[in-house]
Amino acid sequence: MADVIEDKIKNYRTAPFDARFPNTNQTRNCFQNYLDFHRCNKVLSSKGQDSSPCEWYQKVYKSLCPMSWVEKWDGQIEDGSFPGKI
Amino acid sequence: MAHPTQLGFQDAASPVMEELLHFHDHALMIVFLISTLVLYIIIAMVSTKLTNKYILDSQEIEIVWTILPAVILVLIALPSLRILYLMDEINDPHLTIKAMGHQWYWSYEYTDYENLGFDSYMVPTQDLAPGQFRLLETDHRMVVPMESPVRILVSAEDVLHSWAVPSLGVKMDAVPGRLNQTAFIASRPGVFYGQCSEICGANHSFMPIVVEAVPLEHFENWSSLMLEDA
Repeated sequence: MADVIEDKIKNYRTAPFDARFPNTNQTRNCFQNYLDFHRCNKVLSSKGQDSSPCEWYQKVYKSLCPMSWVEKWDGQIEDGSFPGKI
Repeated sequence: MAHPTQLGFQDAASPVMEELLHFHDHALMIVFLISTLVLYIIIAMVSTKLTNKYILDSQEIEIVWTILPAVILVLIALPSLRILYLMDEINDPHLTIKAMGHQWYWSYEYTDYENLGFDSYMVPTQDLAPGQFRLLETDHRMVVPMESPVRILVSAEDVLHSWAVPSLGVKMDAVPGRLNQTAFIASRPGVFYGQCSEICGANHSFMPIVVEAVPLEHFENWSSLMLEDA
């Protein structure tokens, strides 16, 4: 299971089609992957496990999200003012 | 790009635009045929010497000129819906590019692998080299590999803009806080021009879009060079 994810991460080209977000508006797609990356990190590191599978979410949000949005959210997470639940 | 005294669309540079072009030819032909028929009838009515004005009703002609328009509408609707669904097909993009609208320039981000981002300002008229196009050229072009499905995510950093390239058959509004997805395949190498298509202030007419489609190796070279320069 872990190597399937590893392969997917290694052969990453760009964010694939996500059936949860089939329409023109991809805002939620970007935000959801950003949330999922941080949640995945938080959960796996709290259990002391390897958080490299979380890299998938990071690759996807980096592909989809505008850099300015990511910088803003990263800043908010540092400040503690990020509006999403992680 | 557009030419002076141009009447039709620009040459298609993507499969979707080719379909749109052919559909437009089909629909316009129907329009011309109907208009010619109506014009003929009007002229015939006006110039006839016949004077019988007492035909009051006719079931047959009523049936014909009800059924025939319905059939014509179906003949227009079917290719139209075909193209609509074609544009909605799930494509598997090779590359994702973000086009962010600002007042008054576009910025492009290629972040699938590294963080490549750059601004694209219009070349002012006094700085144009001979042969370049007024109000259309930019200092940096959005380079894409040809014959590859490309996903474009369009957004804006301040007010509404719209990212449009007619020869690729693409137009997508840039809304602040929203990420709008569109896609295209550049079927041939070339340089394709577009302009901002949503009023966005004083220099709305002066923030053009230039897409350059090149073979994959050239694209890879270009992106390495751009990363070094940044």
